[in-house]
Amino acid sequence: MTLQAWFALLAALALAAWAVGALRRRTARHEAGRRFFRHPTAAWGIGILAFFAIVAVAAPLVTSFDPRQQLDIVRLKNQPPSWSYILGTDLYSRDLWTRVAYGARISLMVGALGMLVAVTLGTLVGAVAGYYRRWVDAVLMRGVDVGLALPRIFVLLIAIALFGRLPLALLVLVIGFTSWFGTSRLVRAEVLSVRERDFVAAARAVGAGAARVIFRHVLPNAAAPIIVSAALGIGNVLLLEAALSFLGIGVPPPAPSWGNMIADGAPYLATAPWTTLFPGLAIALVVMALNAVGDALRDALDPRQEAM
Amino acid sequence: MTEPLLRVRDLKTYFVTDRGSGTAQAVDGVSFDLYPGETLGIVGESGCGKTVTSLSILRLIPEPPGHILPGSLVEFEGRNLLTLAAPELRAIRGNQIAMIFQEPMTSLNPVFTIGDQIAEAAIIHQRLSRKAARARAIEMLRLVGLPDPAERVDHYPHQLSGGMRQRVMIAMALVCHPKVLIADEPTTALDVTIQAQILELLDRLQAELGMAVLLITHDLGVVAGQADRVVVMYAGQVVETATTTELFDRPLHPYTEGLIAAVPRIDAPKSRLQAIPGQVPAATAWPSGCRFHPRCPHAWAKCTIEEPPLLGEGGHTARCWLVQEPARRRREP
Repeated sequence: MTLQAWFALLAALALAAWAVGALRRRTARHEAGRRFFRHPTAAWGIGILAFFAIVAVAAPLVTSFDPRQQLDIVRLKNQPPSWSYILGTDLYSRDLWTRVAYGARISLMVGALGMLVAVTLGTLVGAVAGYYRRWVDAVLMRGVDVGLALPRIFVLLIAIALFGRLPLALLVLVIGFTSWFGTSRLVRAEVLSVRERDFVAAARAVGAGAARVIFRHVLPNAAAPIIVSAALGIGNVLLLEAALSFLGIGVPPPAPSWGNMIADGAPYLATAPWTTLFPGLAIALVVMALNAVGDALRDALDPRQEAM
Repeated sequence: MTEPLLRVRDLKTYFVTDRGSGTAQAVDGVSFDLYPGETLGIVGESGCGKTVTSLSILRLIPEPPGHILPGSLVEFEGRNLLTLAAPELRAIRGNQIAMIFQEPMTSLNPVFTIGDQIAEAAIIHQRLSRKAARARAIEMLRLVGLPDPAERVDHYPHQLSGGMRQRVMIAMALVCHPKVLIADEPTTALDVTIQAQILELLDRLQAELGMAVLLITHDLGVVAGQADRVVVMYAGQVVETATTTELFDRPLHPYTEGLIAAVPRIDAPKSRLQAIPGQVPAATAWPSGCRFHPRCPHAWAKCTIEEPPLLGEGGHTARCWLVQEPARRRREP
């Protein structure tokens, strides 16, 4: 690692810490903001996420190699961590830290976009089912039951068998399309309760149509559980992407993702454990951070805790 | 006589209840007329079908479990609202017929500013731009007498008191200058002083905008002060219709008498208030004959068997056999 990369890395750490402080100050005025940071690990979660996000964005700055460059296939293969290669190198003599940083780009993006697709779909289906009830609800929810009953990995395997090697965009879509079932149930339950509230009747009395009632009056009042489930869901999608890449059907090499890095390192677990340890650690940290943030968000946003 | 603006004929709204306890006949054959510019009061105890009647007019009954029976008619300007296609019905809701709800605390959406909510009807029905709608919202807030309307327009419901919220609800209902305003217990949730202010406001706005008001309440005092004519409801039916003065001077139905006797009078000697014994029966099993007979001090055999129609003339009718056989009336105990 060059001196400049070390500085950039320290700057990234400092920036993440500053972001946590700034967020805490900004939200301190609201009761919900204070409740969020009262959660014991919320600040850590935000900090870790901010750090990985900064590293992903500024990957070329905080690293000093190319993630695909094989530095010296003969002498620099499976090197343990050292000052020049802080996390060591992998079996093709590529710098692990560089790959973890660039891998954050792909893994976090797949996680976030996959979840976005899933939450959008789940919210739509859940809202329609909960709002219209009757046969619409019955049909959609039986569909969701089927979706929940099918092992997701097999659905993904079928998709991959159909399309061959999945390009990244398609991978995101496939992950999104298979991850929305839980969200839709959650949203449906929430919509069922919100739709009975007086202001929904008031909105209908004013002449609002179904779409307007759903999007303007019902969903904004059901936003809290949706946000929480999205935060927790990103972690799941991240793990799914890692699992797929580990099986060799996720993000195609040589592009680095945390999942395929673990797959690359797995055969050398005994001789070069760092090649699997560090990407694994990155996944674990991010997923734990997301869970902490999701928990804290639930504490902060759940209106049921807003005691008089 | 002028044509009625709103004609309700034989309105029946039933609710199918779970676990086989039967069909709740919440509104069972209600008819009344609402004329332009008048205030018609609908009074009755809790559970007698007042609110369901008001919701049925705009088809706001949750279906299922509720449904309005096919023979019912709610005619507004020559069209039956109960058979109108959904888009045409939406064009009437909030535009021609508007509604104020019972609970100002929960009838406003907590996540939008009051300005947004007042403007909503104008945006839906008159396709106003955001800016014009906002100006309209400020104008409406001024009309309903909220102080600092230009500032209040950006406030959220939780920043307002109950009385202010009810004013906002009224502003929301009146933004398109409807011809009919249905006010379902508009003052029940408010303090007495605020109640008086809101009623005064409704009065003033009715005079200014020339709309007809359907005032639904359980409070005879409110009816006495506001309504031109009164419909008394009991057990899902209309039991008496009269002008307000007629009703208070010469009530025909024992139920109406009971309601009036249950209100303290400022000009009468102090005595215990008369309560009507018993409760409104369950809507799943109305009594046979006259539905009021189990609680009626005058009831005789005929009342338990045969259901009286609306009897009487000259716009003052009551669903009671006493109208035909006044001799059966028992003297005060």
